[in-house]
Amino acid sequence: MYKLPMRKMKKNQSGVISAVKATGELGRRIRDMGMVPGSEIKIQGHAPLYDPVSLRIMGFTLTLRNSEADYIDVEVNE
Amino acid sequence: MNKMSATIALAGNPNSGKTTLFNALTGAHQHVGNYPGVTVEKKEGTYILNGRKLKVVDLPGTYSLTAYSLEEVVARDFLVQEKPQVVIDIVDASNLERNLYLTLQFMELGVPVCLALNMIDVAETRGISIDVDKLSKSLGIPIVSTVARSGKGKDRLIATAESIIKGDREVRPLTISYGKDIDPALTEMEAIVQSARFLTDRYPARWVALKYMESDEQIRKLGHQQDANVSARLDRIVTKVAHHIEDTLDSYPEAVIADQRYGYIKSLLKNNVITHRKDPNRLFISDKIDKVVTNRLAGPLIMLAIVFGLYHFTFTYSEMPVGWLEAFFGWLGGIVDRVLPEGLLKSLIISGVIDGVGGVLGFVPLIMFMFLGIAFLEDSGYMARMAYMLDRVFLLFGLHGSSVMAFIISGGIAGGCAVPGVMATRTLKSRKERLATLLTAPFMNCGAKLPVFALLVAAFFAGSEATVMLIITLIAWVGALLAAKFLRMTVIRGASTPFVMELPPYRLPTFKGLAIHTWERTWQYIKKAGTVILGISVILWALMTFPELPESKRQPFEQAREKIMATAPPAVIQTLESAEEEGSLSDEAKEIKTQLTEIDLKEAETALQNSVAGRIGSSLETVSHWAGFDWRTNIALVGGFAAKEVVVSTLGTAYSLGEVDPEASESLSETLANAPGWRPLTAMSLIIFTIFYAPCFVTVICIVREAGSWKWGVFSMIFNTLLAFTLAVIVFQIGSAMGF
Repeated sequence: MYKLPMRKMKKNQSGVISAVKATGELGRRIRDMGMVPGSEIKIQGHAPLYDPVSLRIMGFTLTLRNSEADYIDVEVNE
Repeated sequence: MNKMSATIALAGNPNSGKTTLFNALTGAHQHVGNYPGVTVEKKEGTYILNGRKLKVVDLPGTYSLTAYSLEEVVARDFLVQEKPQVVIDIVDASNLERNLYLTLQFMELGVPVCLALNMIDVAETRGISIDVDKLSKSLGIPIVSTVARSGKGKDRLIATAESIIKGDREVRPLTISYGKDIDPALTEMEAIVQSARFLTDRYPARWVALKYMESDEQIRKLGHQQDANVSARLDRIVTKVAHHIEDTLDSYPEAVIADQRYGYIKSLLKNNVITHRKDPNRLFISDKIDKVVTNRLAGPLIMLAIVFGLYHFTFTYSEMPVGWLEAFFGWLGGIVDRVLPEGLLKSLIISGVIDGVGGVLGFVPLIMFMFLGIAFLEDSGYMARMAYMLDRVFLLFGLHGSSVMAFIISGGIAGGCAVPGVMATRTLKSRKERLATLLTAPFMNCGAKLPVFALLVAAFFAGSEATVMLIITLIAWVGALLAAKFLRMTVIRGASTPFVMELPPYRLPTFKGLAIHTWERTWQYIKKAGTVILGISVILWALMTFPELPESKRQPFEQAREKIMATAPPAVIQTLESAEEEGSLSDEAKEIKTQLTEIDLKEAETALQNSVAGRIGSSLETVSHWAGFDWRTNIALVGGFAAKEVVVSTLGTAYSLGEVDPEASESLSETLANAPGWRPLTAMSLIIFTIFYAPCFVTVICIVREAGSWKWGVFSMIFNTLLAFTLAVIVFQIGSAMGF
């Protein structure tokens, strides 16, 4: 297990969110969608221009911009 | 509960099947309006239960109940102010964990909740089983499994809701533990709120304390207004807790509260309340489709194909009904023409009312098909994929991935219409991006601008039509995106709204949903045609008619006519008056008829020049000559405010060509090509101006409606016209200097 900002994660990599550093509206939107420490995620892919990123969480698909993924740290599974 | 009618509110996450359930409950008995003062749609309907009418309100779909988004504030205010007797919270059974996050917030607010565990069939095929009884016991609220698409569980849901309406269950606000740092502070704050009766007429005391802890802007503002002292005391406690949490956990209260809520949900779902027989993150059919549809190479190509498909569908299938409507209004005009005597009333009814309203209503089938196509893309889930794929591009210009649809519909591929385009911005949830989109989408080349381009291109760029049309399309896109960037850097300044968006699973839209969705929007358009548009057509007609030519100026034309008639042999005159069709006329009679028509047209030109519109056109000439436009072009452009295709017909009148059919304007283009003062550069300048100047008034009205204020409608007229004029002057002046 090692820690990565979500932006650096590759397709099909999975892990557990360890920290969400965003505040304000972005922070709230991120947490409303279930991205809280302890949630498991798996990167599903990227849009044609490599941004935004899409991921699986709690059984649904979520997308967010790379600049937003920067605020999320993930303990990546080997 | 007495005989008075009760209100049921439907609430839940977006894509949870809330609207489908609303449609299943209310059918055609629904009404769309707006919440007072905001542009959020308010849908209401009725459900008849044992002869009693129940009001059903479809609240906006939200993920949470904070004060950040308009939808959430609207939903929250509705629950608190209107106090519905029961709130049916629709949750997606295959997505329970996240959906319950909103449920908990309803329960904390203390509203009477009944859970509809929707799409239970999808959950089962995904290997998810839910112990409904256990969940119901641990949450303390009734739960009914439903499949909204087929109506399964609907009756049981209503029966359960009814028992809540009757007051069979006691409702108490839910209390969640938020950990050792926050709980004691909340208890202390709750006591303060309670003893000061601080906002307790509307909200539960602990909820007020919790919202202060979450630094909820709306509640803090209300609190400050009611009692600044108490508000400050609460703030002090929150600040203390916040410092402590920052020092010990490197976090802040709002984040801790969210974490604890999810923790609470996790513990609720333990002990086999929910069991997964399959990996919840495995790839289902929807994800497999996405592997292709959002693929880096195939994705954009498929998107292009789908957009072309939408156009093809809309224009192919709407052509016939549009033709019928045109024929109908033509027939109506013909009847009025025969029945009424020559004069102002006839002119008003034909040119003002029938042509004006008919021109707008003639678009109805087109708009209906376009909306049907959009509703399909939206309800199926594809629209979210388009936003996902294009967000990177639009972000550069301060817009949002979801802006793409509005641009395309408005004429991003030449031939759309800005009216449905502006209305399509409703799918955009971020306010600033939405405003920038709806203000710039009208720059696209809609179907009504095309005849203007066709005319000018045929007259001045013969031989390279396709290239010039492509250039025109590119100019519109680049101009619109740059204008959006400019607006986002000036009047609609501000950081971009977070994208964070769900990609809902692909679903086959229900017929009922599509029909209701399409009809709602079409009806709004028709209603406008009957009211505001009628008024504005009449005003434009009056501008182009009054003041009428004085007797002294009409006389020369009358004399010329008399002169021709006097020289013509009586036999010819008789055939001229009796003959209905041109074919039956002798050559001599035809010749005379042509001469007479020419005089009529000259008179029409003089009358137009004399009218208010003509005077405006002439007085504008002092400015407009910088862009190469004379008074005739000016009148045409003023008329184009009614509808852009009017530019062509007005140019026809101004150049004494009489009624010009916008579809067949060859003769006008010859006239223009030979007219003094016209050269390719003039045409280019006029093309640029036409792309960018004030949207037609139907679009302006839609902008006002969608932006929620007249200010933006007026802004779009002024800003666009100034932009268009500046660009046209630049093109014309630089071109002239270069010798074109």
